[in-house]
Amino acid sequence: MSELSTRLDVFKTYKLFVGGKFPRSESGRVYEVTDAKGQWLANAPLGTRKDTRDAVLAARAAVKGWSGTTAYNRGQVLYRVAEMLQGRREQFAAEVAAAEGLGGKKAAALVDQAIDRWVWYAGWTDKVAQIAGAANPVAGPFFNLSVPEPTGVVGIVAPQTGYGHSLLGLVSVLAPVIATGNTAVVAVAAGAPLPALSLGEVLATSDVPGGVVNILSGRTADLAPTLASHQDVNALDLTGAIAAEGPDSAASLEAAAADTLKRVLRPALDPAAQDWTNAPGTERLLSFLETKTVWHPMGQ
Amino acid sequence: MAKKNVDKDVEQDAPAAARPVFEYAPAPESPAAAGDIATSYGHFINGEFADSSGSEALKTVNPATEQVLAEFAQGTEEDVDRAVAAARKAFADWSALPGSERAKYLFRIARIIQERSRELAVLESIDNGKPIKETRDFDLPMVAAHFFYYAGWADKLEFAGFGRRTTDGHSGPNPRPVGVAAQVIPWNFPLMMLAWKIAPALATGNTVVLKPAETTPLTALRFAEICRQAGLPKGVVNIVTGDGRTGAALTAHPDVNKVAFTGSTAVGRAIAKQVAGSRKKVSLELGGKAANIVFDDAPIDQAVEGIVNGIFFNQGHVCCAGSRLLVQESVQDEVLDALKRRMATLRIGDPLDKNTDIGAINSAAQLARITELAAAGEAEGAERWAPACELPTAGYWFRPTLFTGVSQAHRIAQEEVFGPVLSVLTFRTPEEAVAKANNTPFGLSAGVWTEKGSRILWMADRLKAGVVWANTFNKFDPTSPFGGYKESGYGREGGRHGLEAYLDV
Repeated sequence: MSELSTRLDVFKTYKLFVGGKFPRSESGRVYEVTDAKGQWLANAPLGTRKDTRDAVLAARAAVKGWSGTTAYNRGQVLYRVAEMLQGRREQFAAEVAAAEGLGGKKAAALVDQAIDRWVWYAGWTDKVAQIAGAANPVAGPFFNLSVPEPTGVVGIVAPQTGYGHSLLGLVSVLAPVIATGNTAVVAVAAGAPLPALSLGEVLATSDVPGGVVNILSGRTADLAPTLASHQDVNALDLTGAIAAEGPDSAASLEAAAADTLKRVLRPALDPAAQDWTNAPGTERLLSFLETKTVWHPMGQ
Repeated sequence: MAKKNVDKDVEQDAPAAARPVFEYAPAPESPAAAGDIATSYGHFINGEFADSSGSEALKTVNPATEQVLAEFAQGTEEDVDRAVAAARKAFADWSALPGSERAKYLFRIARIIQERSRELAVLESIDNGKPIKETRDFDLPMVAAHFFYYAGWADKLEFAGFGRRTTDGHSGPNPRPVGVAAQVIPWNFPLMMLAWKIAPALATGNTVVLKPAETTPLTALRFAEICRQAGLPKGVVNIVTGDGRTGAALTAHPDVNKVAFTGSTAVGRAIAKQVAGSRKKVSLELGGKAANIVFDDAPIDQAVEGIVNGIFFNQGHVCCAGSRLLVQESVQDEVLDALKRRMATLRIGDPLDKNTDIGAINSAAQLARITELAAAGEAEGAERWAPACELPTAGYWFRPTLFTGVSQAHRIAQEEVFGPVLSVLTFRTPEEAVAKANNTPFGLSAGVWTEKGSRILWMADRLKAGVVWANTFNKFDPTSPFGGYKESGYGREGGRHGLEAYLDV
C-alpha cells in the first residue's frame, strides 16, 4: 500500500457530559492530555466553576426521577451500562493503556474489571435496603421500620492516582453513588480524563437519564472546591483529593463542606497506593444514604 | 355508614345494569408466537436433550381445546439417576466459580428471558390454560426479575447476613452451597416456579435437577434451550419430565442434598416423611386457604377488586389465593352486591384472547376436584352463586363461583379448592376475624382491608400467615420472601431469606 493511500484517522473531540448532553466547556478552553511518556493524546475541555455549577443544577434536576425509579429498574439500567461498556472494550483498553502507561493486556484486564464492577453494583440496587434496613423490635405496640434513602446530589472527586484509577477507579466511586439512587457530579482524574469522558458516551446510550451522572474534566483545584462549597450538593466523595496543602486538599474541601453539613467520604491515607482491582466492600454504597425510620401504632 | 338498599335475592344473576354494555371484539394472540413445539420431548440432561431409558410417554394437552400439544418422557429411576449424576459432576466446577462469574450466567439468562418473553408467554398460556394477559404481564416479567435479582446475590453472599466471611474478600465457596438440589414444581405457574427454584439455587452455587409438572412441561423444556443460549456449563441445570413417580424418584435419590417442593400439602407431607432421617435440606411451599378480611371502613371498590384478584387470578390455581372472604357483618350486603356485579363482568374463555380474565382449568382431573368440592359446598348447605356466562364447548372450564352462608366446618371453608371458588364468611369484631382466619391447618397468606393503619398492623401481628397483604392482594416481588406457616410448608422463597434454603449456613 502506498503512503498516499494511507487513511487518516478521525480524531474525537472530547467533551464534558452534563445533563445528558455533551457541551464544550463554557470557558471555550481546553488543556493538553498526554500519555505516560508525554506524547500528546488529545485536548480535553477545561471545565470551570461555572461548568461545575451547571452540572450541579442538572444533577439536582435529575434527583426526583432517578431516586423515584424502582430499585429493580435502576439495576436494569446499571446492567445496561455494563453491556454497553463490553461492546466498547477495545476502545477503553486503548484509552486506559495510554492514560496509565500500561500494556494492552493489563489495560484490557482493567476494563474487564470495570465492566464486572458495574455488574456488581447493578446487583446491589435492590439489595441495599435488605442489608441496611431493619425491622426494629421496639418495646411497645408499634411497627417500626428503618429504610435507607438516597442522600441526593453527590460531588465526587474521582481517583487521580492508583492502579486502574482512570476507568476502574472512576467506576468504583461512581457506580455505588448512583446505584442507591443518588445523582453525581464527577471531577475526573485531571491527568487522565479521556476514559472518563468516553464513559459519558456509554452512559448516554445506556438508559441512564440525563443529569444522573455529570462528568467534568479540568483543574481539580477549580472543580473540587466548587463542589465542596456548593449549597445544593448533599455529599462529597473526596477519594481523589490530595492530602497536601492547597484549595483541593482533602482537609480544606472537608472544611468547606462543613458549611452545609455535607456527608463526606474521606480519601485513603495513601491514595497513590490504592489498587482499584481490590474487591470493594459496602462502605461506598452505604456512605451516601440517609436512614428513615417509620413508626406506626398497632391496635384494633 | 350509609348503606345501599340491596337486593336480598342472591339467587338471581347479575343485575341487568351491570351487564357489559359493549361487546368486546376478540383480540387473539397468535399461537405461532409460541415457536415450534416438537411432537415429542426427552429430558434435558448434562446440557443435551436425551431420550428416556424407558418407553413410557405422557401427553400434554392444551386445556382450552383438549388438543394434544406434545408427548414427553415419563422419567424413570434410571433417567433420574443420570440427571443427578450430571448435576453432581457439574457441581465441583460450578460451585468453585467466582460468584461474579456465576452472576453473569444468571444475568444472561434473565436477559434472554426478557428477549424471548413473548414466545414464552404464549407457550405458557397454551400449555397451562391461563390468560395471555397474565403470562405476558405477570408471569414472564416476574420470571426475568427473579433471575435478575438472584444474579446480583451470587457475588454478594458474604453480605447476606449468614455470619460467614470469606478469607480472600471474594465471594467464593463460603457460605457454602448445599450440593445437588432436587426441585419439583407445580403446574399453576410453571415458569415462575422454575425461576423461584433455579435462580437462588444457581446463585448460591448449587446444581439442579428439576421436574416440571406433568401437565405443563413445555416451558421448562424451552428454558433448557435458554440455558444453552446462555452458555451455562453442562449439567448445572437438568430437567427430567414425568409424573409423581418421577418426582418421588428424584426426591428420594440418595445423592441429592436438597429437596425443594412446591405443590399440595399431601405430597409435601409425603416428601417430609421420605427424607426423614436423611441429611437432605428441605423447603416446602404447600397449600393455603387464605382469608381475605374486609372491615366496614374498607374502601369497598378497591376491596372488591382485591377479592376478585385474590380468588379469580389464574383461575384460582394459586396456593395463596384469597379463597375465604371474611367480611364484617355490617357491610356484608354492600360488599356482596358489588362483588357479584364485578364478577358478572369477568370474561371467561380463550386464554390467548387478550381480553380474557379467566382461562381454562389446567386439567380434567383438577376440574373434577373443583366440581366435587363445589358440590360438597351445596350439599353441606352453603348457597351457590355464579354469573351467567357461556363456556366454550371444548376444554376444561369452571365459572367463577361464590358460596354464601358458609360455616367454618364446611369442606369449602377448610380444604383447598385450587379453583375459582370463593367461600364467604362473616365476622363482627377484629378478634373474631383473627380467630376465623387462623382456623385452618394452613398459614400461607392473608389479606386485610381497612382504612385504619393501626388495625392493619394489629391484624398482621396476629394472623398466622407467611404473607399478609394490606389493602392489596396477590403481590409478588423477587425481593420479598414468600412461604407459609403451619401446614403450608416451611422455608422461604424470594428475598434475602430465599438464599438460606440453598446454603449450608
